[in-house]
Amino acid sequence: MSAVSTSPVIERGTATSRIAAIAVAVIIALLAVAPHFLSAGAVDRITALFIYVILAAMWNALAGFGGLVSVGQQVFFGLGAYFAIRLADAGINPFLALFTSGIIVGAVSWPLSLFMLRLRNGEFAIGMWVIAALTHLLVNLDRLVQGETGTSLISLNVYDAGARRAAIYWLALASMTALLAILFGLLRGSTGAAIRAIRDNEDAAASVGVRVTGTKRLLFVLAAFGIGIAGALWLATSITFQPKTYFNVQWTAYMIFMVLVGGIGTFEGAILGALVFFLIETWFGGIGVWYLVGLGATAVLFSLFLPRGLWGTIEERFGLRLLPVGYRVRFPAAADGDAMPSPPQATPYREKA
Amino acid sequence: MSNQIIQGILLGGYYALIACGLSFMFSVMRIINLAHGSLAVFAAFALWWLAARFHISPFVGLLIVLPLMAAIGWVLQRFLLERSARGGALLPILTTFGLAIVIDNLLFEQFGADTRSLAPYIGSLSYDSWEWPGSIYVGKLAVIMFASAVILLGGLQLFLTHTRLGRSIRATSEDPDTAGLVGVDARRANAIAASIAMVTVGLAGAFLGMRSTFDPYAGAPQLLFAFEAAVIGGAGSLWGTLIGGIVLALAQTLGAQVHPQGFLIGGHVAFLIVLFIRLSTSGLGLRGLQRLPTRKPT
Repeated sequence: MSAVSTSPVIERGTATSRIAAIAVAVIIALLAVAPHFLSAGAVDRITALFIYVILAAMWNALAGFGGLVSVGQQVFFGLGAYFAIRLADAGINPFLALFTSGIIVGAVSWPLSLFMLRLRNGEFAIGMWVIAALTHLLVNLDRLVQGETGTSLISLNVYDAGARRAAIYWLALASMTALLAILFGLLRGSTGAAIRAIRDNEDAAASVGVRVTGTKRLLFVLAAFGIGIAGALWLATSITFQPKTYFNVQWTAYMIFMVLVGGIGTFEGAILGALVFFLIETWFGGIGVWYLVGLGATAVLFSLFLPRGLWGTIEERFGLRLLPVGYRVRFPAAADGDAMPSPPQATPYREKA
Repeated sequence: MSNQIIQGILLGGYYALIACGLSFMFSVMRIINLAHGSLAVFAAFALWWLAARFHISPFVGLLIVLPLMAAIGWVLQRFLLERSARGGALLPILTTFGLAIVIDNLLFEQFGADTRSLAPYIGSLSYDSWEWPGSIYVGKLAVIMFASAVILLGGLQLFLTHTRLGRSIRATSEDPDTAGLVGVDARRANAIAASIAMVTVGLAGAFLGMRSTFDPYAGAPQLLFAFEAAVIGGAGSLWGTLIGGIVLALAQTLGAQVHPQGFLIGGHVAFLIVLFIRLSTSGLGLRGLQRLPTRKPT
């Protein structure tokens, strides 16, 4: 680029991001054909990974971009599974029920958002937890669920086990890709600018005419929808529905862990966090309670010492941007070499919404 | 029915005990400590361990556990909350949530999944009751619990309004920077406030253990009760917390009357109704859970 040496360069895509875009397409294509070559156990595990990515990306959308930390997101996970059970019981095809369920969860979250989004910070966080606890108790009252005994998505059993496994795998892959694409599109569009403005400073954003509440509501409903789909998919993989398992705050703990470790407020961070969580779970999940202690301790340490997470730190240090959702300003002097002192208030690679 | 109402009011004393530390910390440091309930359960386990292992009565055990809780509060503020609060309002939520997971699972690792109770270690107090006119039986423990809540809230109020330390904590909660200008050490005031909050948590944990059973994962419901009572109590004096606790307990009692599983549902619904009314009348959201008492008591 032949930019005038005094004016900063504003760019969105970089050479790395163009390579990354191709890599993403290749990875998705490879994942799509993977079930033909993998064992049944591996297919199940990777399906779980897709669900984790959905959970992390949706919690990140809410907390990292909307500034809304919720510890009650398990309510949407549980409702996603519950509505799928209800719909399948009403005679709807179980695979169709999974998606209808997600849409219903999204619809339910709309009126809820009118109310909950008026709470701030910690009040919102625990307020959502109360909603989750109450919803759990109410679902337990449903005769179909039989309290904590639970029930199953029996109508899935009519499909052959192998075909069912592959179908759920592809559904999870498709859902993950679609949800990530929606989020990516949202963040790159004009709403994205508003979202990042709110993330950085809510009051300032409001003062320049950003529709703060409307934008937050959009993220809230999107997160509810995505997590609802994730809950329904989890039900499809495990068949049984026990309210205690689905409405467990542990799901939110996982989401927080993934996003904190990966990098809160970065698009790639949530995906990286889900991958890290998946690997940790695969290697250490068997050791039980110490594994959970380790997850909690890691979350505490990241929040104290590395609040930007792994990806946020990498991004800051190397100016790497794989899937750019914002623009960034490159100061001309900085464009020449890597080893140069950065100006005190602006690093050479500074993201601007 | 009047019997149940009285039981409900007395149970409200417990909720006020567990809520007052949460809202105290919030009003001073603007932090909602998500590990609040887990720390109360930790205190209950500490008392249980002292009683089961060394035959120390829980009331004597408090002499060990309450100073320990105060120390924990100090450490918590200095090493965790202070640091994470610098990263904005959202980070302490994540830090304390992570801490809650660590505490819960360490307790599980140490004590297993069994439910415990302090009731066997306090003799006849756990089931003794007084007969009041109209053949109403009230448990002695419930009355002691309620009286403790009243004394604690009143003592805290007096401390905040009539002592130098209390005034410096109030000044810090109003405006830490200006308080610093007039010579108040905000870091110290915050650490002391956290210690006080943890002492109330320790006391709440003791009563939790005496009046019912607990297990390593009992922290989450305690946190929700504390939060609900504090929000229902709302802005104003510390006495609001007591009213909040009583309202919560009465709603639960009413819920249990309506449906066998309605106890918890009743409490949650009452909380949401109060929240809804408050949000729709003020239009501003909750402006903080509660403010510290101003110069004039009550």
